[in-house]
Amino acid sequence: MANLIINGRNMSVDAADDTPLLWVIREQLQMTGTKFGCGAGLCGACTVHVNGEAVRSCQTAVSEAVGKQITTIEGLSEKGDHPLQKAWIAEQVPQCGYCQSGQIMQAASLLSKNSSPTKEEVVAHMDGNLCRCMTYARIQRAVLRAAAEMRTASTGNDRRNT
Amino acid sequence: MNKHLNNVQGEAVGPAVPLSRRHFLIGTAATGLVLGYAASSDLLGLDQAVAAPAKFDPSVWYSIGEDGLVTVTVGKADMGQHIASTMAQMVAEELGSKWSDMRIALATNDPKFNDPMLGAQITGGSWSTMMNFDAMCRAGAAGRIALIDSAAAMMNVPASELTVRDSVITHAKSKTSKTFAEIVKGGKITKTFTPDELKAIKLKTPDQYTMIGVSVPQLDIPFKVNGTAKYGIDTFLPGMVYGKLVLPPVRYGATVKSVDDSAAKKVPGFIKAVTLDDKTMTTTGWVVAVADTYQHARQAAEALKVTWDHGPNAKVSSESLLDEAKRLQKLDDSGLFFVKTGDTASGLASAAKVLEAEYTTNINIHVPMEPMNATAHLDGDIWHIYSGNQFPTRSGAIAAGAAGVDPKLVVLHQTWLGGGFGRRLDGDMMVPAVQAAKAVGKPVKVIYSREDDATMDFSRPLTYQKMKGGLDQNGKLVALNHDVVSAWPTARWGIPEFLSPSVDKKGALDAFTVNGSDFFYSVPNHNVRAILNEMAQKATPSGQLRSVAPGWTFWAVESMVDELAHAAGKDPAPLSIAMLDGAGDNDGGAQRLRNTLLAAMGLAGYGSLKLAKGEGMGVACVSSQERKTASWTACVAHVAVAPSGEVKVKKLTVATDVGTAVNPDGIRAQVEGGAMWGLSLALYEKATMKDGGIEQSNFDTYTPLRMSQMPEVAVNIIANGEPATGVGEPTVTVVAPAIANAIFNAVGARVRALPITAEAVKAAMKA
Repeated sequence: MANLIINGRNMSVDAADDTPLLWVIREQLQMTGTKFGCGAGLCGACTVHVNGEAVRSCQTAVSEAVGKQITTIEGLSEKGDHPLQKAWIAEQVPQCGYCQSGQIMQAASLLSKNSSPTKEEVVAHMDGNLCRCMTYARIQRAVLRAAAEMRTASTGNDRRNT
Repeated sequence: MNKHLNNVQGEAVGPAVPLSRRHFLIGTAATGLVLGYAASSDLLGLDQAVAAPAKFDPSVWYSIGEDGLVTVTVGKADMGQHIASTMAQMVAEELGSKWSDMRIALATNDPKFNDPMLGAQITGGSWSTMMNFDAMCRAGAAGRIALIDSAAAMMNVPASELTVRDSVITHAKSKTSKTFAEIVKGGKITKTFTPDELKAIKLKTPDQYTMIGVSVPQLDIPFKVNGTAKYGIDTFLPGMVYGKLVLPPVRYGATVKSVDDSAAKKVPGFIKAVTLDDKTMTTTGWVVAVADTYQHARQAAEALKVTWDHGPNAKVSSESLLDEAKRLQKLDDSGLFFVKTGDTASGLASAAKVLEAEYTTNINIHVPMEPMNATAHLDGDIWHIYSGNQFPTRSGAIAAGAAGVDPKLVVLHQTWLGGGFGRRLDGDMMVPAVQAAKAVGKPVKVIYSREDDATMDFSRPLTYQKMKGGLDQNGKLVALNHDVVSAWPTARWGIPEFLSPSVDKKGALDAFTVNGSDFFYSVPNHNVRAILNEMAQKATPSGQLRSVAPGWTFWAVESMVDELAHAAGKDPAPLSIAMLDGAGDNDGGAQRLRNTLLAAMGLAGYGSLKLAKGEGMGVACVSSQERKTASWTACVAHVAVAPSGEVKVKKLTVATDVGTAVNPDGIRAQVEGGAMWGLSLALYEKATMKDGGIEQSNFDTYTPLRMSQMPEVAVNIIANGEPATGVGEPTVTVVAPAIANAIFNAVGARVRALPITAEAVKAAMKA
């Protein structure tokens, strides 16, 4: 029995230590926003955050995640209104949409550390995430749009604070 | 011409009553207003019909709830092309509903949701918008008329004085109005349109559009950014267990010799190893490890010891497929004629200059991001199957064949598709799900690993094309022989309507292997032979990959035209333009393609921008998909070629004439994605067969384009008021020849094999 903290909630699940976190999240806990793409850490569809870092859940054993803060797409924002999610809608990014949870989680880990990424930094950070519909241009635009929006919002907060 | 295309003119393939002879019925039901087509309305009164929908069974195209929400039922697979949203947009235009009131529902495989033109449920060919435009608009208009009539009665004013906008019907004179919700709630509506009445409805003219041509937000996007969109793989059923495939090393033709489950039995949760008995012959030699969780099923699959007879294809390789293709091409009696115009033999004999060239493409695999999967559940006599699929009519029949039941007893529940690209036209995933569920007496979800998905793909076939062209004294192309050797993916389906008689009526050929070779250039003597590579047909077996034949025919045609132009000492672009003269059958299409090419050239600065050494621009233009369903697409590629032969695509300028743009931003998204697919197939994607198996099994060895490999892309949509055409595929086909032609202009190296490699470019530079 593994005790996991997913999106701030304690969950216990019957899985052997070496079970990939992906299958526990998706098939046992039925939180299907996290996707299976390659099972080998090559596509990024299964990206979640563990203690704020983007990781490939297909390459993370459940035992490695015990006691840590796990965030999935379902927990990225309370109402699905993270600046990245809003930007993804504004730029009409998804086509089939299957990779987009992973794309958004990957992008969120960039913006949490770098509020003003260059296009090159976005590409470098996102290059491990495959999109077979090849929506890359829109992903890029959406990440930069979200970053800009987050900067504006935080500037606004700063003003209010001072 | 194959019969499915006659249906563009309204003749049904199947036994179904064609749409042009169906009544359109509107009636108040318990849930609100339902609107749809029915084969006949005179057997039952409409009141009875609506009260007893089981007997009457109209195909409900959309409904309007008492809350005013309009739900459009879509019998198309939505794999990211947003076709469901587009269907809703066409209805909304004529209905007069507010966009935020529109909802979409995905249909099951029930034949009543068959495509009105195709007589089946199939999504592909970039057909959906063009084939459903009129029907969806007409359905919307009929609904508007019924609502207006009802509102007029409720408001006691003449219907002619009412206007509709944003789900509100207004009587301007009295300044009163009724919402759709109020009308549906308040009135009992029954109305029937006979086929003639329906046909007589005057649809809006483009200048009256308020919805078509507007980039309204796609209805399926919000739930694709918060993880709530449900794909086939997200299916859960009570009591469900899991299946993981154990596959033979050869793609097709293996048989299971023995299954030893002694080690698998030690895996916790292991239930059973099920050896498939696939009478549909969709799969060969597959075993399913069934267990309580997917992790346990994976472990059990790993622990199963299966031995196979590798069967007749165990020695087939990419090399042997190509050798066989070359052998077949050399035979005079190979294949069937798809085009036979004039006399190429005498045309070539009298030509001033003759050029021969061979073009090849390697095997390509689809690898959509959502690996193949299906969940099967037998409930009483009915098989319920949950899987995103592009061809529910056929895949439902495959499921029935796997279960050994009548296809009527299979309900295929459509989901969003995590990518289709033609892969989900096939129904192989039905077989392990159904037979495992049958064997264990529980619902089973089968999930292919990426390795299963890649190695058991119905791939784009390896192709070999031989061309021989003759120029006259003036450098005009007067004769062209074009042989296309490939597996015949559509023939594999075994559906006669999808085959075409050869021009000399000597047999039926798979036009989906030669479409595009019947181009809009005027060439007085022109032959195209479609030659089936039986070895590939048996060993690979091939499928339809985004854009299908034009992905290879235009590779050859547009490269050859470029080669011929250079041989004549001419710029290829003007040569193409000269051949697009609109003579005879080419009238209309040729001019549109010419204009599109000119637009792309202008936008790219072709011939006017000064380029650095080692850089070049190349052009290509295509009438993809088929002649009758073409979108007119041109590309100018700008490349830089290093001395090592490495090609960097600096910019792709694409122009595409889509006639009418229903959702311009959606079209732009398709064209952007299509252009990147074209680039990916041109430079980065290659699968190979060895010992009868596909060698690439994951994204480390099969390597679609990543973000860092994106060039600058300029997409230009031409909407000139012609009827709407399809956009999912055409751009895929135009990129590779444009790049190859640009490479030639940059460094004088001609490459004739896809994907283009640095080695091939370097070798051609030296030659």
